[in-house]
Amino acid sequence: MSWAWFHRFGSAPYFYRVAGRLTPWFAWPAGILIAIGLYGALVVAPPDYQQSETVRIMYVHVPTAWLSLMTYSWMAVAAAVGLIWRIKVAHAVAAACAPAGATFTAVALASGMIWGQPTWGTWWAWEPRVIFELVLLLFFLGYLGLRGAIDDPTRADRTSAVLAIVGIVNVPIIHYSVEWWNTLHQPASILKSGGPSMPWVMLWPLLVMWLGFTCYFFVIMLTRARAEVLRRERGGSWVRNLLSQDGVAGSA
Amino acid sequence: MAEYFAMSGYAAHVWSSFALTLALLVLNIVWARRSLRSARAEARRRFEMEKVS
Repeated sequence: MSWAWFHRFGSAPYFYRVAGRLTPWFAWPAGILIAIGLYGALVVAPPDYQQSETVRIMYVHVPTAWLSLMTYSWMAVAAAVGLIWRIKVAHAVAAACAPAGATFTAVALASGMIWGQPTWGTWWAWEPRVIFELVLLLFFLGYLGLRGAIDDPTRADRTSAVLAIVGIVNVPIIHYSVEWWNTLHQPASILKSGGPSMPWVMLWPLLVMWLGFTCYFFVIMLTRARAEVLRRERGGSWVRNLLSQDGVAGSA
Repeated sequence: MAEYFAMSGYAAHVWSSFALTLALLVLNIVWARRSLRSARAEARRRFEMEKVS
């Protein structure tokens, strides 16, 4: 296998250009899939026989929680790549994930609380999956805090990368928490042995939302990573060429 | 229609979680684009300053 592509992505101008070209290819599917998913979730899917209409919260809560885990995983893997191969673009990707990831995690917790109130009878339960999702939020915030506290960009990259990598252990813990502990939180309905436990009419809107949120992640990550790359390279000659090309008006 | 929006008594729960999530998606797009725009503006300012000096 040739590693040429890997090195090419490590080049800041190449990454900036390709990321910019890729963004619409994720943005359009994200918008369309989320719109179809919302229609399925709010119109097509029937109310649950136990949870009634509150089951619809699943269609936003589960994809948001998935988004928080995916964002953290990307952040940790990019941080590791940056640390091991000393690739600046990888550090930029890691740094791009953190602010969005923190908001995804906070909203996953919030929609979980809104769902918990009618189904568990309480807004907040100290149960494993909730606790570890809260830990995930603390890792995101800790990562952001650490970066903000270190002035030297290279040192900020390397130190925060270590924190991001340490926190990755939390991701499988959140995923398997409902199997390892006997908890209040619902067990997995999709990724489980024996296939999904939901009828198709309830399942497809969730799958479409999940796919839409996955595309959405790349829109946010690529846009923020481009901004990070630009900040790190603002003195570089390619940035100068780029800015003189699009003149005074300047477009994204 | 009113019955649909009432969500059998769970309107506040269902609609607030959907509104919150959609606000999250829209705001993150706005923030990401703003971050890219400000990075470009910053680079441009630096570029202009170098030209002057």
